[in-house]
Amino acid sequence: MISEALVDISRLQFAMTAITHFLFVPLTLGMSLMLVIMESLYVTTGKEIYKDMTRFWGKLFAINFAMGVVTGLTMEFQFGTNWAYYSHYVGDIFGVPLAIEGLMAFFLESTMIGLFFFGWDRLSKRKHLMVTLLVAFGSNLSALWILIANGWMQYPIGTVFNPETMRMELENFTQLLFNPVAQVKFLHTLSAGYLTGAIFVLGISAFYLLKKRDSEFARRSFAVAAGFGTVVSVSAIMLGDESGYHVAEVQPEKMAAIEAIWETEPAPAPFLIAANIDEENHDNSFTLEIPYALGLIATRSLDKEVPGIHELVALNEEKIRSGLMSYALLNQVRDKTATIAELAIFNEHIHNIGYALLLKKYVENPVDATDAQIAKAAASTIPKVTPMFWTFRIMVAIGFFLFLLSAYGLYSVKKGSAWNNKWLLRAALYSIPLPFIAAELGWFVAEFGRQPWTVYGILPTHLSVSSLNVSDVNGSLIAFALMYSSLFAVELFLMFKYARLGPSALHTGRYHFEGGKHV
Amino acid sequence: MFDYESLRLIWWVLVAVLLIGYAVMDGYDLGVGIQLPFVAKSDDERRVLINSIGPFWDGNQVWLILGAGAVFAAWPMIYATAFSGMYAALLLVLFALFLRPVGFDYRSKLESPAWRSFWDYALFIGGLVPALVIGVAFGNFLLGVPFHFDETMRSFYTGSLWQLLNPFALLTGLVSVAMLTMHGASFLLIKTEGGIQQRALRTSRWSAMATIILFAIAGYFMMHGVEGFRVVSTIDPSAPSNPLTKEVIHEAGAWMARYEQYPLLWLAPMLGFAAAALVLMLGDKKPGLSFIASGTSVAGIAATAGLTLFPFIMPSSTHPSQSLLMWDATSSEHTLGLMLVAAAIFMPLILMYTSWVFRVMRGKVTLQHIADNDHSSY
Repeated sequence: MISEALVDISRLQFAMTAITHFLFVPLTLGMSLMLVIMESLYVTTGKEIYKDMTRFWGKLFAINFAMGVVTGLTMEFQFGTNWAYYSHYVGDIFGVPLAIEGLMAFFLESTMIGLFFFGWDRLSKRKHLMVTLLVAFGSNLSALWILIANGWMQYPIGTVFNPETMRMELENFTQLLFNPVAQVKFLHTLSAGYLTGAIFVLGISAFYLLKKRDSEFARRSFAVAAGFGTVVSVSAIMLGDESGYHVAEVQPEKMAAIEAIWETEPAPAPFLIAANIDEENHDNSFTLEIPYALGLIATRSLDKEVPGIHELVALNEEKIRSGLMSYALLNQVRDKTATIAELAIFNEHIHNIGYALLLKKYVENPVDATDAQIAKAAASTIPKVTPMFWTFRIMVAIGFFLFLLSAYGLYSVKKGSAWNNKWLLRAALYSIPLPFIAAELGWFVAEFGRQPWTVYGILPTHLSVSSLNVSDVNGSLIAFALMYSSLFAVELFLMFKYARLGPSALHTGRYHFEGGKHV
Repeated sequence: MFDYESLRLIWWVLVAVLLIGYAVMDGYDLGVGIQLPFVAKSDDERRVLINSIGPFWDGNQVWLILGAGAVFAAWPMIYATAFSGMYAALLLVLFALFLRPVGFDYRSKLESPAWRSFWDYALFIGGLVPALVIGVAFGNFLLGVPFHFDETMRSFYTGSLWQLLNPFALLTGLVSVAMLTMHGASFLLIKTEGGIQQRALRTSRWSAMATIILFAIAGYFMMHGVEGFRVVSTIDPSAPSNPLTKEVIHEAGAWMARYEQYPLLWLAPMLGFAAAALVLMLGDKKPGLSFIASGTSVAGIAATAGLTLFPFIMPSSTHPSQSLLMWDATSSEHTLGLMLVAAAIFMPLILMYTSWVFRVMRGKVTLQHIADNDHSSY
């Protein structure tokens, strides 16, 4: 049997490397589009200051982008190095969006980024803007394909199990492509990324305004960021809500954990703002709730129930038993010795075979599982409630706060009061970490909430690992931790240095530290 | 459109094209990195070298990312078995590659000589280690790698990192380092002038010589010593992918027998030798031609490895019959067909915009250029 320690440490390494990667991705997404906006202003107005803005924010973009590339390399290799059985089992499907991402998006983005930095004097204004646009287009498209891949792990449609090859195979590409979960996830993630870019520019511009330097530069940057931030925070919130609706529909276990619903409640279910969760006794001893709200979010109705954890566990126990019917016949089917009657049973239950695989964590051959083991496997289909409940709520709270911040910022810009409003400027500055935190929490809710599966209902995480020694993965985890923290420290150092320096870093002679007149 | 058999053959060619594309395109970046400590003598000269590849390395590196992605999509079992089996080696490449994006971007953002010298070494390692280890990996593929499957198709690797570092594989690793150094030097002949160019010319000469000699020694070992693999059962090239249904033997001379059967295969190694010799002869007289020649030599040498293995991708030394072939370790017919459409649409586009970028950024990178663009260059 696969060692628990190996699974845990492999998960830890994946989580660490993915979380680190996802520190840089949202900012790349957001900044690339902000650069397009700033450079478009330059091309249309011809004002040099917009070019300086594009180049300066582009410098910070580059410092971030380099780390995105570094940590992204790991993601491309890690499915093979640490999740070999996953790669074999679903590579026929999962590899497709990854490869298309390379072909269609990442190649474009990476090729054009060289021209973005080095092509200023070699390209006409319009052509350079086109290059910037292609960088942004490439990075957005990249996110689309990655989230199509991830969306399939959450809601695996368009695919079928092939007993001859012992893996899942692609049956319908259109379904994979237009997976509703992937579409909503893409737009939600993108909005969150845009918001990250907006708050980043807003906060750093606020810093210059507080320091009373490069105010013209800072005001224009602040205004662009506040406007952009207001729009994208609304879209992040709305698509987050849409995302919640889809989760309720296709991953009821995740929804139940997020909402800490132990027993199915009569419709319409209330939304819990806070709760004291007793994980052991399956109870919430104290709750603060908004009546009807969850029913509306999760079912878009007042008469549909949101199923509770106990009901879902019972349902999944049935699925495990159904999956076992298929699993028991797997060898006969693969040897082609199954009778027609056996084949019919196999095909009837095949969609639940993933649930039988859950038992491999507890018993060598799932067919030998005891009732107690089946009950244990069924209980394991619900992700841990407390972390899901709180991470989700913090993410949502940050989303609303950032909407208020950007909208109030935009309002103050319009009124002309933003530049002297110290509280607003300070709030903007200290909010810089918030969208990053929200994005990571969102990642956590989506991926921790998918447990115990790598591919929901199809392949348990437990089985997905490579056949490695625990000591190998321990070693690599330490190496990753050391390497990533050193590089991250260097990145932060440069980011702070250049952000503090401001547009003087361009050496145009026009900015604060160059003794230039203060534009 | 195509049947399963043709699709499998096409994808073998396509993956080869992508990996050779990586060797040719990013190969010169790695080669320039390898030369950083001895072709450039001062900080400004090192900046010339770094900026000569500055606008290109990021796009070039995607050949590797796409290569890995294509292996994942087209040959999931290879992706799973090779990457998890050669775990330590893969991570070594990965960690060395980490040093490049940050090295390029961060190096010249501070003035401190210690800082810059640190990143110069980082870029050197970032060039040398991937070149060496990828070469070592291909050497091991030719020797066979110790792995097998259980009945659920879970792969198990039974060797160690030290086993990968055997003399023959180290030799193929050196071939890879030599040829990419040669390729990088040819690139510098185009992009630099004066003293740097003269030193690059010297590197180009000795690395072309080393490429020829080391490749010849590797060839000698291939003919005498390295045992090959041969499929002895009949293979149904249209059957569902299952690498456990055939019979393979491990025997002396199996690799070379293929060259007797299909003498045309000699073209690949011949191209490797002849083009490297051309690099030697051309010197700095025709830098553009010299670069094409070094690229051709790299392609010829890489193609030699691939063609020698055909139809094997990854032979198993401990369980030869469980070796992975380009017939029995692929994705489904549907996936291969779909991916072919995607490749047919996007590969030409990639080549188009890549060559546009090369055209825009053509011309030499000079010391004067670095001085003029002190704050916007790498």
